[in-house]
Amino acid sequence: MTASLGQQSPDDRLSRAELAAKYGLSQSGARPGLFEYVRQLWNRRHFILAFSQAKLTAQYSQAKLGQLWQVATPLLNAAVYFFIFGLLLGGRGGMGNDMYVPFLVTGVFVFTFTQSSVMAGVRSISGNLGLVRALHFPRASLPISFSLQQLQQLLFSMIVLVAILVGFGHYPDLSWLLLLPALALQFVFNVGLSMIMARLGSKTPDLAQLMPFILRTWMYASGVMFPLAPMLAKAHAPAWLADVLQANPAAVYMDLMRYALIDGITQHNPMPPHVWALAVGWAVLIGVIGFVYFWKAEERYGRG
Amino acid sequence: MAETPLNQTRIPTVIADELHIVYRVNGAKSGKGSATAALSRILKRGEERGVRKVHAVRGVSFTAYRGEAIGLIGSNGSGKSTLLRAIAGLLPAERGKVYTDGQPSLLGVNAALMNDLTGERNVILGGLAMGMSREQIRARYQDIVDFSGINEKGDFITLPMRTYSSGMAARLRFSIAAAKDHDVLMIDEALATGDRAFQKRSEARIRELRKEAGTVFLVSHNNKSIRDTCDRVLWLERGELRMDGPTDEVLKEYEKFTGK
Repeated sequence: MTASLGQQSPDDRLSRAELAAKYGLSQSGARPGLFEYVRQLWNRRHFILAFSQAKLTAQYSQAKLGQLWQVATPLLNAAVYFFIFGLLLGGRGGMGNDMYVPFLVTGVFVFTFTQSSVMAGVRSISGNLGLVRALHFPRASLPISFSLQQLQQLLFSMIVLVAILVGFGHYPDLSWLLLLPALALQFVFNVGLSMIMARLGSKTPDLAQLMPFILRTWMYASGVMFPLAPMLAKAHAPAWLADVLQANPAAVYMDLMRYALIDGITQHNPMPPHVWALAVGWAVLIGVIGFVYFWKAEERYGRG
Repeated sequence: MAETPLNQTRIPTVIADELHIVYRVNGAKSGKGSATAALSRILKRGEERGVRKVHAVRGVSFTAYRGEAIGLIGSNGSGKSTLLRAIAGLLPAERGKVYTDGQPSLLGVNAALMNDLTGERNVILGGLAMGMSREQIRARYQDIVDFSGINEKGDFITLPMRTYSSGMAARLRFSIAAAKDHDVLMIDEALATGDRAFQKRSEARIRELRKEAGTVFLVSHNNKSIRDTCDRVLWLERGELRMDGPTDEVLKEYEKFTGK
């Protein structure tokens, strides 16, 4: 250009694209390949973890009781549902308190894990546009980070859960170890779902207003506060409906968690056949679809 | 370019090829933004009605070379910041392409920091957000804190950032952002933060970063700082590249244009 006045360089005859190719320049803002994308994400694992922990800490840092709310919030939630469904509406399906309270609290915590991952996922891009527009990182870091924040929140809730279980006479045994694969599968499912919601929410932020209603419907349809199969049988619902509702991912993960933690729960809340296969299937299906779907729009997040 | 030997071939680091950037703003067309207007927008889909387009950059082409410091000038809203974001790959191009050597970065980390966290944790979070490794951050941590001067008046780095004065927070933000080395560095004006002593320190740090970086872009309304730091200037007006050349020539025309 101006600085090379009078000087002829072989580069001058090249088009800009050819010049870029000659010096190995890459297109800025282009979407990386799927495997390259996974590699970039892996390189950002420390950021993903630090960001989720920072969000978790910042959440209650203004409150007087501080991090105590991490445990108090899920406990209060469970108390409200116990009051409504356990005492007022009688949805306990013949379970005594020693069964019903652990059944309810496990269900609430497990469903809340998925529910809040989805809600955080919807806002993960649209609510962090400043970050997306200022810094360069694989955008999937955000939905993954928010799901990870919810996982850590769930681990706090587990402290409450263990206290309740022991309080009602369910002592730790080997079957509690089943919790780990069940949680891992649910986490993969949640990440996939929140990545789908993140892409949808980045285009249509209005989803954040709509989602609470959809999630509440999902909660009632998954048997969080009542045993699904006996309730449906009592209401003379068709068998296929019971099968469909019991095979839905939220119900599957709740059933597994209850089965792992509460002795003898299957008498009151029978598990659908092939429950582990369903759990793995949902995790792989939604995990893969969510990741690929999110990656497909990688270069478009933050526009407008 | 004075230092570059004449016979050496110049290595391009950033190439913009007929670049167009268009912003889409939701619901800005119908003046009132009432519920009925929103409803009619949804019903009359098709041709993206109700979405207003802002054509911020129109067909800009240039090639930047290693070792150059390039100033971007132009009146407010002429598309300077938008162009920087597009070079950094943060805004997608409507048409045209940007080719770059490595990953260009904007100097700035504000969006990643959280006011409710301590300065200490923000240093780590900001470093990770910029893509530094934990080891790199650990190695530079003390430098960042010393540079910001946060701890000059007591142990403030262990307090949440919301307790800082605005000057202190701005100093810490700059210190974190300036801790990383970049191949292609882009600086969007507003560097004049903090008190006089800190301004001097940050100007020195910018000069250092320039030396380490392959190519530097500087957006500024201050013609003196452009003259001090840049050897080439791009002048943008209404999204179009009006002039591209050595600093003195372009600034002379620009000053004539702005009527100084």
